[in-house]
Amino acid sequence: MIGGRRAARLGTAALAAVPLLVLVAFFLYPVGGMVARGFWPGGAFHPGGVWDVLARSRVHRVLWFTVWTAGLATVLAVVLGVPVAFVLHRLSFRGQGVLRTLIVVPFVMPTVVAGVAFRELIRTSGPLGGLHLDGTPTAIVAALVFFNVSVVVRTVGSFWEGLDRRTEEAAAALGASPLRVFGTITLPALLPSVASAASVVFLFCSTSFGIVLTLGGLRYANVETEIYQLTTQELDLQGAAALSVLQIVVITALLVLSHRARRGSPALSRQARRGRRPRWRDTAVLAWSAVVIAMLMTPLATLVEASLRSSDGWTLANYRALQTTGSDDALLVTASSALRNSFVIALQAAGIALILGVIVSYLVSRRPRSGAGRRASGLFDGIFMLPLGVSAVTLGFGFLITLDRPPLDLRTSELLIPIAQAMVALPLVVRTLAPVLTSIDPRMREAAASLGAGPLRVLAVVDLPHAWRAILASIGFAFAVSLGEFGATSFLARDDSPTLPVVIYDLIGHPGAANFGMAMAGSVVLAAATGAAMLLVESFRVTSVGAF
Amino acid sequence: MDGLSVRDLSVRFGATTAVAQVDLEVPSGSVTAVLGPSGSGKSTLLRAVAGLESPASGSVSYAGADLARVPVHRRGFALMFQDGQLFAHQSVARNVGYPLRLRHRPAREITVRVAELLDLVGLTGFEDRSPATLSGGERQRVALARSLAVEPRMLLLDEPLSALDAGLRERLAADLAAILRTAGTTTLLVTHDHEEAFAVADRIVLMRDGRVVQGGTLDEVWRAPADAWAARFLGYAVTLEGDAARRLCDLVAPQAAWTSVALRRSAIRLDEGGPLAGTVLAARVGPDQVRLELEVDGLGRLEGVADPGHRVQAGDRVALSVVPDRLAALPGPA
Repeated sequence: MIGGRRAARLGTAALAAVPLLVLVAFFLYPVGGMVARGFWPGGAFHPGGVWDVLARSRVHRVLWFTVWTAGLATVLAVVLGVPVAFVLHRLSFRGQGVLRTLIVVPFVMPTVVAGVAFRELIRTSGPLGGLHLDGTPTAIVAALVFFNVSVVVRTVGSFWEGLDRRTEEAAAALGASPLRVFGTITLPALLPSVASAASVVFLFCSTSFGIVLTLGGLRYANVETEIYQLTTQELDLQGAAALSVLQIVVITALLVLSHRARRGSPALSRQARRGRRPRWRDTAVLAWSAVVIAMLMTPLATLVEASLRSSDGWTLANYRALQTTGSDDALLVTASSALRNSFVIALQAAGIALILGVIVSYLVSRRPRSGAGRRASGLFDGIFMLPLGVSAVTLGFGFLITLDRPPLDLRTSELLIPIAQAMVALPLVVRTLAPVLTSIDPRMREAAASLGAGPLRVLAVVDLPHAWRAILASIGFAFAVSLGEFGATSFLARDDSPTLPVVIYDLIGHPGAANFGMAMAGSVVLAAATGAAMLLVESFRVTSVGAF
Repeated sequence: MDGLSVRDLSVRFGATTAVAQVDLEVPSGSVTAVLGPSGSGKSTLLRAVAGLESPASGSVSYAGADLARVPVHRRGFALMFQDGQLFAHQSVARNVGYPLRLRHRPAREITVRVAELLDLVGLTGFEDRSPATLSGGERQRVALARSLAVEPRMLLLDEPLSALDAGLRERLAADLAAILRTAGTTTLLVTHDHEEAFAVADRIVLMRDGRVVQGGTLDEVWRAPADAWAARFLGYAVTLEGDAARRLCDLVAPQAAWTSVALRRSAIRLDEGGPLAGTVLAARVGPDQVRLELEVDGLGRLEGVADPGHRVQAGDRVALSVVPDRLAALPGPA
């Protein structure tokens, strides 16, 4: 008996070791290597240098810009998103599924594509050119909001769906008007999920790379683009490392906060009740949601429009040009081969992220009895959330400088980019799967075990039937995210085998209307591919996708 | 009339009709129970009365005034669910005081009233407790106090005791009945448990498949179940039809002409001088009586009772008598 228990414990440890080793080798080691460069400039330990970096006035400007844009974008995303969460998760009407899919599309939209779409929207001759937003912080905030509204909608919505509406009904029967019910009952109950969503959104906004790079130009930089600037342009590794360390510290604190907020909330309800039909008094929120969704779709519509246009009117020439290397040979390979490359890499990344994600989710969904076990499980959960917040630029650059020599020499490995993307997608897979596995009543596993099912059999008869949809959904989600990954990939992609987001970024950097049109067409194709993947994901009806 | 009046009410969800042409009266000051199995539409009926479901047709009115255009929060009813639905983020006192705060009563008055209400439900001094620390029964009591706080025109109870264990349910049912009588609150209660209905209500309405099967005072319904299904649902142990029913009729009421009869377990009693004979199939000793399973000659398999002193066991031949007020004639075979 004791031997059996020890064997089980050993099994758990062995299982936990697999994702931990991968995380150490392909996340902590590269990020650590990057950080070490800052503390040991020229081989000698010199931490004071890091402090000097943080005292620079330019760094202060960058920090302040990061904080206020991320803070403002978070507030706006919450204000815009919460009513939409109500409409998409609390009501029930035809076409709701399509809207739920549309709302996630911006989140998985490649950042480069979104940046391009926004620029197209606000450039002087664009649809919103009259507002003169080009090159302003307003444009950056708007783009950050565009990305993150869906996080609020999904996180708050999936929680809201699980709230017992009879509590609200009881309050209404006691005489509370709908507004009163919302203020005194619904809102206090929703707060943990709003706090959790807000902290994650702040995290995403403050580590946003592609958006700020494409929209901010040289005038505006956040910590993330500053790290990029310092490493690639100014070769100031010490400065970059200092900012990375600061970012890691702040983000770890935020993750802990978000974890606290989430812990207070009940487990995901597995069978959410159907929402009620919209009524007349929902007109205001319905209109609000329509406006928000329209606002989210506008940049995408602009993008499609721009891709179908050239100097002589409507045309498919931009799409045909994807078979070429652009005008003046802007690229080394054709855009279509980059797309193929993107697909292969995203598939590999999704596979890796899934295998690791399933193991991590499985382990964190088993609630250990002992306090120490629970703390270990919580820590384990938290560690795998780290890639959410650590700069993809730091990760990418870390890969470059640490994985190019023994013990891990992967310079020529085909798997370098898939592994990096898998690290980025892993937290999203875990956040999709773990709530579903946690929501399984442990007594079902105990019942199966008591009837003679071994651990594997329990997995097959209890966990798998509950989780297969979430597993398929998380493959699609990881695929979509990998397809659009830009931050880390931009460091690692070789010029002769780039991914589509890298190609798009190259194209908009090259002069010429033809290259620009081709970038638009490439963006539409990329957006369509990620959108299609998300449509598939949405068809599995897993509410934890994109929720935190 | 005073009180609630439901006329020809139907509620549909897409193609399914949950409530079909229901008529219902709840006289002012009375406690009416709607009794039905799950899926009978009783909860939907209650929700329609509360204003949480919109009827496809028919009307709900209170004291003569139609409520069709009155939203939930203006109906002056209070609704209490199976699991209380206390507001988890508020203390017991804040929960109970919630409807009073909605009406902007002065803080002093609220404090006094909350203490009074907690007293009424037997939870004196529970003001500062959090709902999470309460037992199921205590939670239901708090929910009841909250419902009664503003003296609602009518109290709507959805399976108020079903989530509790048996002993507690019995005790709380008695308390609930007493509290409702003391407060004089008009009450509509839905439940699937006939014991709960009989313990709390003074009128009963039986529902099946969205329709009202029968209604009346406890006594009326209990004495004359509408049919065999109603009898079984009201707690009768068994129903007899055809020859068996006629044979029993000859024995108990020769001038009547039953074709169908429902028997409670205690209708057949072990009695040395009894006119019936049968074989004991099983005997189980209980605290108040011995419960028997019998094969009664000419009547078939029946349940019965014996006084605790009797030593009977499976296989014994016994004499049995019929207790006439423990059975009910049914109007013809269904």
